[in-house]
Amino acid sequence: MATDPIHQFQIQKLIPIEVGGVDFSFTNSALFMVLTVVGASAFLILSTRGRGLVPGRWQSAAEMTYEFVAQTLRESAGSDGMRFFPFVFSLFMFILVANLWGMFPYFFTVTSHIIVTAAMAVAVILLVLFYGLKKHKFGFFKLFVPSGVPSVLLPFIVVLEVLSFLSRPISLSIRLFANMLAGHITLKVFAGFVVGLGSAGFVGILGAILPLFAIVALTALEFLVAALQAYVFAVLTCLYLNDALHPGH
Amino acid sequence: MAVDQPVEGEPFVTTDGTIHETPAEHKVFPPFDATTYASQLLWFAITFVLLYYLMAKVAIPRIGGILEGRRDRIAADLDQAERLKGESEDAEAAYEKALAEARGRASSIADTAREGAKSKAEAQRVEVEASLAGKLADAESRIAEIKNQALAEVGTIAGEAADAVVNSLIEANVSAEEVKEAVADVIAARNANA
Repeated sequence: MATDPIHQFQIQKLIPIEVGGVDFSFTNSALFMVLTVVGASAFLILSTRGRGLVPGRWQSAAEMTYEFVAQTLRESAGSDGMRFFPFVFSLFMFILVANLWGMFPYFFTVTSHIIVTAAMAVAVILLVLFYGLKKHKFGFFKLFVPSGVPSVLLPFIVVLEVLSFLSRPISLSIRLFANMLAGHITLKVFAGFVVGLGSAGFVGILGAILPLFAIVALTALEFLVAALQAYVFAVLTCLYLNDALHPGH
Repeated sequence: MAVDQPVEGEPFVTTDGTIHETPAEHKVFPPFDATTYASQLLWFAITFVLLYYLMAKVAIPRIGGILEGRRDRIAADLDQAERLKGESEDAEAAYEKALAEARGRASSIADTAREGAKSKAEAQRVEVEASLAGKLADAESRIAEIKNQALAEVGTIAGEAADAVVNSLIEANVSAEEVKEAVADVIAARNANA
């Protein structure tokens, strides 16, 4: 079972909890969600404890993260989009730290489960819908009616726009989930090659060198993916929030 | 073969027909195992709300405050630099002005001094010239006086001399009046000839 690439995604109950026949156990997934909150908060809160005018290394990193997300949001959704900054920033930090925790061997990757990424995506889309409807009332539906389209084509375009809107949470959640899942499976499979070939004598050890280098390279790639997917999720969230703020095309 | 097939296809069914829990869990791909969804959603909601709270209440205001404070500080420093630059420019202008004034004053003082010296020298010259001219005039008048006196005395001397000459030549007593007249005639004749 140690070389089973799927085993790492297994949910294990640490503290069994059951309410009304529904399983709410504190699992390894829940543990790493807690660790994600702890890691993100420790990074941002402890590093800025000194409130230095001239930042240290960690404070500088925290400031850069803050400014990076703030700039992304401001550029995508304008300055009135900054009301969503705590949400976007929390989302970005949660995904980033969860992904990075997942890079440790034997650690669990929270974002490799589609229910978690789907929950995030649904939260984003619900926020867009509720805020858009609250602010613009029926004007929000202008989002589905692009201006300057011939009236003959309009019904088709509206259908397409509605479909594209509805597919957003799906693509948003699957992109993150699939990236994390595939990356970790690939790492595990290559690691399995190294172990399998390494135990097959001298020629096998020679043959194991190639997948070993592949793991090193893939690990670097996975760190990139971990940060990049957090960024992509945050950018798309900003763009969708921009639709809620400014529905007219 | 037909006997083996059900065993291979259903490894989670034991010989007595009860469903074995653990192999069943392995059979489902973990991310699609719906039995874990409720727990994951609950804990995700709890942890994400907690993170949101910590970010919104602590981290974001703090980092925002740090950045704001730094921006203000830089702006204030730039303002102060601008102000100090203005002040130094003012000071320089004042210095230049004072220097120009001092230069002007120095040159006017020099001019005044030069003028003063010049006029003083002129006055002295005039004075000296005047005193010289006075002395010259005095001298001239004295010369003229002496000359006149001498000229006046010439007649007397000539008379006495003529008297003496006449006495010694002819041993005749000629009255002084006659001698005087004779001398005066001679002088008058000479003056007329001259």
